[in-house]
Amino acid sequence: MTCGVINLQNKGTIYRVSGPVVTATNIDAKMNELVRVGKEGLFGEVIEIDYDKTIIQVYEDTSLLKPGDEVTTTGMPLSVDLGPGLLGSIYDGVQRPLPKLSQLMGEFIKRGAESPGIDREKKWEFFPLKKKGDKVNFGEAIGYVNENEHTKHFIMSPPNISGEIVEILEKGSYSVEEVLCKLDNGALIKMYQRWPVKVPRPFKDKMIPNVPLVTGKRIIDVLFPLAKGGTAAIPGPFGSGKTVTQQQLAKWSDTKVVVYIGCGERGNEMIDVLTEFPKLVDPVTGGPLMDRTVLIANTSNMPVAAREASIYTGITIAEYYRDMGYDVSLMADSTSRWAEAMREISSRLEEMPGEEGYPAYLSSRLSSFYERAGIVLTLGGKIGSVTVIGAVSPPGGDFSEPVVQNTLRITKTFWALDSNLSQKRHFPSINWLESYSLYYDSLKEWFESKVSIDWDRTRSEAMEILQKEAELQEIVQLVGADALPPDQQFLLEVARMLREIFLQQDSYHEVDEFHSLKRQFSLLNAIIRFSRLGNNAIENGIEIDKILKLESRAEISKVRYRKDFENKIGSINETMSKEFKVLLGEE
Amino acid sequence: MVKEYKTITSVTGPLIFLENTENIGYGEYVNINLSDGSLKRGQVLDTSGKRVVVQVFEGTRNIDKNAYVKFSGDVLKIPVSYDMLGRVFSGSGDPLDGGPKVIPEARLDINGLPINPYKRAPPHEFIQTGVSAIDGMNSLIRGQKLPIFSGSGLPHNQLALQIARQATVLDCTESFAVIFVAMGITEEEAKYFISDFEKTGALERGIVFLNLASDPSIERLIVPRIALTTAEFFAFNYDMHMLVIMTDMTNYCEALREIGSAREEVPGRRGYPGYMYTDLASIYERAGRIEGKNGSVTQVPILTMPGDDITHPIPDLSGYITEGQIIVSRDLQRKGIYPPIDVLPSLSRLMSKGIGKDRTREDHKSVSDQLYAAYAEGKDLRGIVSIVGKESLSKSDKLFLDFADDFEKRFVTQNSTENRGIADTLDIGWEILSKLPEDKLLRVSDELIGKYMRRFNNAPDKADQI
Ligand SMILES: Nc1ncnc2c1ncn2[C@@H]1O[C@H](COP(=O)(O)OP(=O)(O)O)[C@@H](O)[C@H]1O
Ligand SMILES: [Mg+2]
Repeated sequence: MTCGVINLQNKGTIYRVSGPVVTATNIDAKMNELVRVGKEGLFGEVIEIDYDKTIIQVYEDTSLLKPGDEVTTTGMPLSVDLGPGLLGSIYDGVQRPLPKLSQLMGEFIKRGAESPGIDREKKWEFFPLKKKGDKVNFGEAIGYVNENEHTKHFIMSPPNISGEIVEILEKGSYSVEEVLCKLDNGALIKMYQRWPVKVPRPFKDKMIPNVPLVTGKRIIDVLFPLAKGGTAAIPGPFGSGKTVTQQQLAKWSDTKVVVYIGCGERGNEMIDVLTEFPKLVDPVTGGPLMDRTVLIANTSNMPVAAREASIYTGITIAEYYRDMGYDVSLMADSTSRWAEAMREISSRLEEMPGEEGYPAYLSSRLSSFYERAGIVLTLGGKIGSVTVIGAVSPPGGDFSEPVVQNTLRITKTFWALDSNLSQKRHFPSINWLESYSLYYDSLKEWFESKVSIDWDRTRSEAMEILQKEAELQEIVQLVGADALPPDQQFLLEVARMLREIFLQQDSYHEVDEFHSLKRQFSLLNAIIRFSRLGNNAIENGIEIDKILKLESRAEISKVRYRKDFENKIGSINETMSKEFKVLLGEE
Repeated sequence: MVKEYKTITSVTGPLIFLENTENIGYGEYVNINLSDGSLKRGQVLDTSGKRVVVQVFEGTRNIDKNAYVKFSGDVLKIPVSYDMLGRVFSGSGDPLDGGPKVIPEARLDINGLPINPYKRAPPHEFIQTGVSAIDGMNSLIRGQKLPIFSGSGLPHNQLALQIARQATVLDCTESFAVIFVAMGITEEEAKYFISDFEKTGALERGIVFLNLASDPSIERLIVPRIALTTAEFFAFNYDMHMLVIMTDMTNYCEALREIGSAREEVPGRRGYPGYMYTDLASIYERAGRIEGKNGSVTQVPILTMPGDDITHPIPDLSGYITEGQIIVSRDLQRKGIYPPIDVLPSLSRLMSKGIGKDRTREDHKSVSDQLYAAYAEGKDLRGIVSIVGKESLSKSDKLFLDFADDFEKRFVTQNSTENRGIADTLDIGWEILSKLPEDKLLRVSDELIGKYMRRFNNAPDKADQI
């Protein structure tokens, strides 16, 4: 795609206005074409053509639009600008930079403003990687600019352009509109390209995800890990921790680029990210966190029709950085708001409703979105990935509803948030019995070779204890804990340690909020060692109370907050060995 | 440009339908002159070359095909002025107190405009309400939207008034005003609010908008918007801190449902319109602070949960939009506890931004987390005790069980006139925690225990209870 297939503009008139849906007549428009509506030229998209009527969803407030007003086609589908300057930006759902909008119209968003996604004037220092006579393949880099201190932004030929270079500019400072490179077939390459958001960007091959996305969150990395290029769903009722989890992943995930989409959620949550991230350090590069982040905000009070656009805008930007050979993670909070927007528009179109009033195409839209995740061999011959993490907000917290169910059919990691846990302030309130990761088997080897050969064994033991705890809890409810035999009572205590020390993690504590994989493993290993040694002691007739009073047990519970974690955990393990020897009378 | 028609073809529920109109704008504001000389107002919901649909705020009673419908060519705008302080208005913004009409400083669109998220300023100022269950556990922050989820017959109004009376920002003398919005509440309830406002002098720095149970239901769809437009005017033109109390949002949602069913829309969950989330967001998101402006809009909406069911669409969708919720519980009310706030399902999402060192006190977050965890544990144990009896509990479990009672009776309970400072609130928290075994207090550091809790450890009743 180069900039603009020239098409005769075609004008028609409004016939009907109903909320965000406008019907036009006497217009010759294509499905999904972008149109301008009314005197102010509001952006809209063609979503249905019915005999002489063309139905448009309008991305801005439609108040006072009226029958007879003009509608003009643009000849283009909804597209985004892809080029240097995306990183660190905050956009609305159709990629208008929010800071530019506030310069144009103040603190409130009025409609009808136009502002390109990337700055047309700003100059970037271009470093060519090719020379005259070289061949350029589809999607291959011809050069790069330093988008910021830590990110080389490769200037790639668009996916449908290739040829031999007849002219290429030298190293120098250029704006994105300047032609950097001419090919023998007349094609031109600029520093930016436009891409229609609903069309996935092509690649050569999709690969099997087998490297974990490291998040620093113990329950995620150890119990329910996500792979780079994988997909995850976080469903949960309100207040259960969807947003905090997504923001934490945006902070700590080890990817080069993060795309964060606030879809139909709170304005204050976007400003949280925007004020915090510039002050935080990117765990991968050491630069400011905002330098790797792109924010898309279509808050709940912004136009409903742009919910869907925000999702597609985000995923397209993610794919673009993937094409440079980078790992990208994308968080969408919340996909339910997108689904509800689909439902609202569909009901205005008087389509036949499916389950809970959602349109029949809900499932296919969701799956084609998550399908855009993946680890791929790019057209340009690099390996890049897009990992997608979607929050889901089920009505009444009921996971049997259509959006959760359709999402779970596609995503491979399921972090089930549980309001019973969040009400006890057990965070992250991911339920360890319901959640799962279908990636674990293909990641196991990685963990065993990179972190510890005992990774899988230790993890399984922990899982088993947690499962047994749930069974025993049912008995305790009936007969009380005192009626259980000592080994089972001890298991309950170990399970409690796992829950309170290992699974809980304080997102507001500077040390606890991120644990490296090594730390995660050592902490888990210490608890499991305590469990094994304790069981042995009980078999040898030692009383539970004595085991529970051990110094090493008390120390495990606070070590996760310590900056000198590594030293401390070593000494705890030593103390533990000694203490048990003493208990058993071996020393 | 005003256009006038006498082409009503049908009237159903709160809607009228007209034909043969020309180019009427979506959302236009409408005046309807009835044949008996009276006047009603409305708004365009759907417009096409063939047909226009208008929702009538005052209800359609007495409208016939002879009524004249005047389309204003503009959206509904209300006059606003500084002189509105101290006044009482109807749900459509007309004076009810016998005073003069508002001489407008400006006329503003009641739908407002979305704040550019980039220009929002993060809320961080702790508002002390003097209520421990709120201040200690679910702090209210300036610019927050923090609703009260209650049930019919529970003392949510009393609580809201206590908040309105006592709310202060520590070390701050900026001007502050309350806007009270009634939607479909009884005259008696409204009187209760107004007389309290008058008694305490709050009305002088307050504004009241009243749509009572006997008033037209569709008017409930505009009254919160009128009130919030007024609040924004004061906040962002006069740098004032506005607290907007809106009761009862449940009646608002019922009016929304009424319109939906009159339009024969495909209903969403339990008959409420599929767009209710979006609609409620257009109200709740009008809280906040703006970069470069001094004022703020804080919302405390009140809603009664039908059947005390928090999964009902009204509390559910509200909870998804607001920044937390304060839950008023029937169980606690039955136990005679005031305020009957159940802190476990309650939440203030902005709390962590407004508390701690230099804001409230360094130990605030830790005590609160620990109180949560311990109270949750104690409540779980109550369940077990009801089956297996107290005897089968371990020593430490018995302490947690007693803690749950202490928490409700000492920490949550206070008089409706008691204005408890934040330091007292936190100290009571430490005092009741001091009766628990220290090694079970994983949420508080040894350092804080030493500084704030040990002094209570000598309490005489501790050891011998075991
Ligand atoms: N990991 C966490 N650590 C500490 N507190 C958390 C965590 N997750 C959630 N919370 C608390 O729960 C509240 C609600 O979380 P949030 O992510 O906004 O919920 P949701 O998006 O599911 O409605 C937050 O404001 C915060 O107080
Ligand atoms: Mg959220």
